[in-house]
Amino acid sequence: MLALIQATNDLKTIGDQVVQLIMPEVILTLFACAALVLDVMLPRGRKRPVAWLSLAGVGFALVSLGFLYFNITSEGKSRLGFFNMIVIDNYAVVFKLIFLIGAGLSILLSIRYLDEEGEQRGEYYSLILFSVVGMMFMASGVDLLTLFISLELMAISVYILVGYTKRDRRSNEASMKYFLLGAFSSGVLLYGISMIYGLTGSTNLANIAKALPIIISPAYEPLGQTVDLRYLVLMSMILMAAGMFFKVAAVPFHMWAPDAYEGAPTSTTAFMSVAVKAASFAMFGRLFLYGLPDLRDTLAGNADKNIPGLPGWAVLLGVIAAITIVWGNLAALTQNNTKRLLAYSSISHAGYTMLGLIAANETGYTGFILYLFIYTLMNLGVFGCIIALRRHGIQGDRMEDLNGLMKKAPWLTVMMTIFLLSLGGIPPTAGFIGKLYLFAGLIETGNPWLVRLAILAVLMSAVSLYYYIRFIRAMYIEPETEMQPVKLAPSLQTALAVAVLLVMLIGVYPQPLLRLTQKAAQAQGLKTHDYDQKKADEGEIERPPGAGTGR
Amino acid sequence: MEKALFIIFAVVSVAAALNILLQRNPLYSALSLVGTLIALSALYVMLRAQFIAAIQIVVYAGAIMVLFVFVIMLLNAPKEAPYIEKHKALRFLAIPFAGLLIAEAFYVIRLVKPIQMPASDDSAQAVGTTLSVGTKLFTDYLLPFEVTSVLILMAIVGAMVLARRGED
Amino acid sequence: MTDLLLEWTIKIAVILGALLTAVAYSVLLERRIMGFIQLRRGPNRVGPFGLLQPAADGLKLIFKEDIIPSQASKLLYVIAPTLLLIPSLMIFIVIPFGSEIVLFGRKIALQVTHFDVGLLYVLALGSVSVYGIALAGWASNNKYSLMGGLRASAQMISYELALGLSVVGVLIQSGSLDLVEIVRSQGGWNGMHWNVFVSQPLGFLVFFIAALAEANRTPFDLPEADSELVAGYHTEYSSMKFVMFQMGEYCNLIAAAGVSTTLFWGGWMGPGVETYPALSLAYFTAKVFVFVFVFIWIRFTLPRFRYDQLMRFGWRVLLPLAILNIIITATVKLLVS
Repeated sequence: MLALIQATNDLKTIGDQVVQLIMPEVILTLFACAALVLDVMLPRGRKRPVAWLSLAGVGFALVSLGFLYFNITSEGKSRLGFFNMIVIDNYAVVFKLIFLIGAGLSILLSIRYLDEEGEQRGEYYSLILFSVVGMMFMASGVDLLTLFISLELMAISVYILVGYTKRDRRSNEASMKYFLLGAFSSGVLLYGISMIYGLTGSTNLANIAKALPIIISPAYEPLGQTVDLRYLVLMSMILMAAGMFFKVAAVPFHMWAPDAYEGAPTSTTAFMSVAVKAASFAMFGRLFLYGLPDLRDTLAGNADKNIPGLPGWAVLLGVIAAITIVWGNLAALTQNNTKRLLAYSSISHAGYTMLGLIAANETGYTGFILYLFIYTLMNLGVFGCIIALRRHGIQGDRMEDLNGLMKKAPWLTVMMTIFLLSLGGIPPTAGFIGKLYLFAGLIETGNPWLVRLAILAVLMSAVSLYYYIRFIRAMYIEPETEMQPVKLAPSLQTALAVAVLLVMLIGVYPQPLLRLTQKAAQAQGLKTHDYDQKKADEGEIERPPGAGTGR
Repeated sequence: MEKALFIIFAVVSVAAALNILLQRNPLYSALSLVGTLIALSALYVMLRAQFIAAIQIVVYAGAIMVLFVFVIMLLNAPKEAPYIEKHKALRFLAIPFAGLLIAEAFYVIRLVKPIQMPASDDSAQAVGTTLSVGTKLFTDYLLPFEVTSVLILMAIVGAMVLARRGED
Repeated sequence: MTDLLLEWTIKIAVILGALLTAVAYSVLLERRIMGFIQLRRGPNRVGPFGLLQPAADGLKLIFKEDIIPSQASKLLYVIAPTLLLIPSLMIFIVIPFGSEIVLFGRKIALQVTHFDVGLLYVLALGSVSVYGIALAGWASNNKYSLMGGLRASAQMISYELALGLSVVGVLIQSGSLDLVEIVRSQGGWNGMHWNVFVSQPLGFLVFFIAALAEANRTPFDLPEADSELVAGYHTEYSSMKFVMFQMGEYCNLIAAAGVSTTLFWGGWMGPGVETYPALSLAYFTAKVFVFVFVFIWIRFTLPRFRYDQLMRFGWRVLLPLAILNIIITATVKLLVS
């Protein structure tokens, strides 16, 4: 045994330093496997301890994430690991925190729901944990290979979770649709990735970012002849963006979302609407802000040689974000199924979140991360309330099921109201803070188009209030349509209470979270950008961190 | 000699790939795919990537495609008219897209000058061998490799979840 | 270059000739041993001890009517036998039959070619040969044949895993995928440092059983289980196509024997090989002969598995054992080094 330890000592040179960097992921993987084993050992119908075990796994992962934060990143440093495959910086840490909170709350929500469905089994929780492992690598990966594989790890677990209630045909259909479109979008993304790899000769995002300015300059002469590779760069950029649009459900690629959200078990819908979205955005940000920062504005042309300039990805994202916000909100107006309605609302929220990427200044990035954090809490809250409505013989996902809820469960109604107002962005709640930062980031750029985009977003967010208030009207004013009582399981109560407290707390005292997200927004590699080139040349954008945040 | 072999295998692989699309019978399509894979693996050998060539046969031709053939034989799928008949418009949409892809290919071919193949000198001979693949896999690509193993474990669990019958 | 090509051509011709003779006589051997085990004589009329029996059988089969069923899928029906035979013949170009000998003033290595990934090549060909059986079953358009073909594919996929994993121990032991290197690494102890004696008895056991299954030998001959499926995938075949199936099967048998010898029983290694290189050829042949004998012996001793038993045994016993073997070997290797 001693010799064994001696022999493995060589590996320790990597070991100690680097394994620490992926400790949360390692813990989650181990707990996911342990959940599978425990599931086999427990008798049928008594699988609940698996849920507590996975919850403990999430807890331990949180603790080790805390260690990472205080040991490495709290001072704004970052560390590369595994031969430049991953980086641990504040961006990664904050996103991992979001995923863990999302997963923890989702597990709490799931316990009762799965009991109700009669599908309480250990694999559910282990799949959630596996997908969180994928998400966490998505947030910290800086290599296209790592990013893509972890994306698949996340996505495939979620496809299965969507089809988890096998006896429900809607669930089967949802899973199939989600899987087919998801696989297709992965293919599109991979096509873009392969092109960018062919162009730059590297899968490492930092190397790609270094190589791209050379490649896109119109005078690029690799083999003694002028080569204009900008169209290929543009095409690969569009393909990658399209793949990511699919994953975050932005509008031309959103078709899967309403069906998948409606058909999936509600607890899965809750999980995928927040964690999957946040993870996709984390990867989106990494890919575009860290890997392709020089393609943001324009792919410069050359007037002398009569080569036109090409638009960068900011324009693409801007257009898509505008369409997404408008379409998501308008389509939500007519829905009668709450899960479907929330799917459209979540599409529109994806549009809002993209605004932070477009703004490309620190306020925008702060808003981007902050909003995903807040969105996780409030959306999980809303879905938690809908899960509470799932009772014997009642699906709980129709608008009528909310009728007269005030009389049956006043506390639940109050919590639901808070979540809905937060989704709508009403001031004392957290949702307001998030939207404020997103819109402020856009306005701060001073670019007239982006200001118009911000105004559009504000207007559409007012429209969104209409359908959020429909919920409230049903709960408070409509008479009860059925008499079955609504009882909350303790785990569900805990989850909802935590979510509602955090939403209110962030609403009135956002400073700690703001500091955290600002640190994440200042992570190295996320290049801020100024649209006013003249000001940038005069060096006016050198703001001290945290200044000009629009408050 | 090498050139002749290259041409033979290249023609075989392209012809087999075309045959995948042209065959109506799914079994023939699957077998054509096997043919493509084997021809490609011969091309890998000529690029001195023996390890990848062997793995390609073991994994794809030997395991995955056997499973495909197995399933096709079990289902005994009838020769069906392709579904695309119902969407005539889509068919015409495909033409410009195919044209776009071909234009892209020509664009690249026109841009890039032929350069010396890197595999032909001795220093690069080791690219596709077991040693170099193994070394890369356990140093540079250690993390993706391990994540892939988690991915596969998860996929097994997932397949079991979806395939398991009722309450067994 | 021409020298090398000539050398290859001659080697291939010699091996092909020797192999086909060996195939023919292993059929005779099987029938003689069957007779011996069942306390009867076996074929002994054609020539001394029946030694000309294979020639008589071959002649008879060539003159049989070649039937293609009218509803068969013609192309596949015709090429299926070759798909089984050719891969099993191709295995022999990487198997080392002996060390280097000097002939006509040239040093000649006793294998056709030296391949960096020889072992993977063998596994690849083994896995491809299933197409012949599966397609023969499908193309015959006969329910028994189809059953045989389906069973063959399922069985091959299941046992290939155990087969592949069981050789990993050998790889850890010798540190190479090259069959020549693997044989050379077993050269210690005066030529008796064979893997099966050193650290791989378990690995050999798993490999042996899986190889039996891959070669469709009893107790794993479900694809052609004559009592339930008539003759399985080759029910409809006659004449030379039938012969090709038979040749493919016996070729696979000899290949399994050769690969087992190479990987676990020291290949051509043995006492005195260093001084008399020609001895290596004798050692190899003797070992292969022993293996072929054991395979035949098993056939007339053990009953056939039921299909579900076969699957359960493959997945629940062989696969875990193979993984256990890898863990043990790796740990031992780490401790020793």
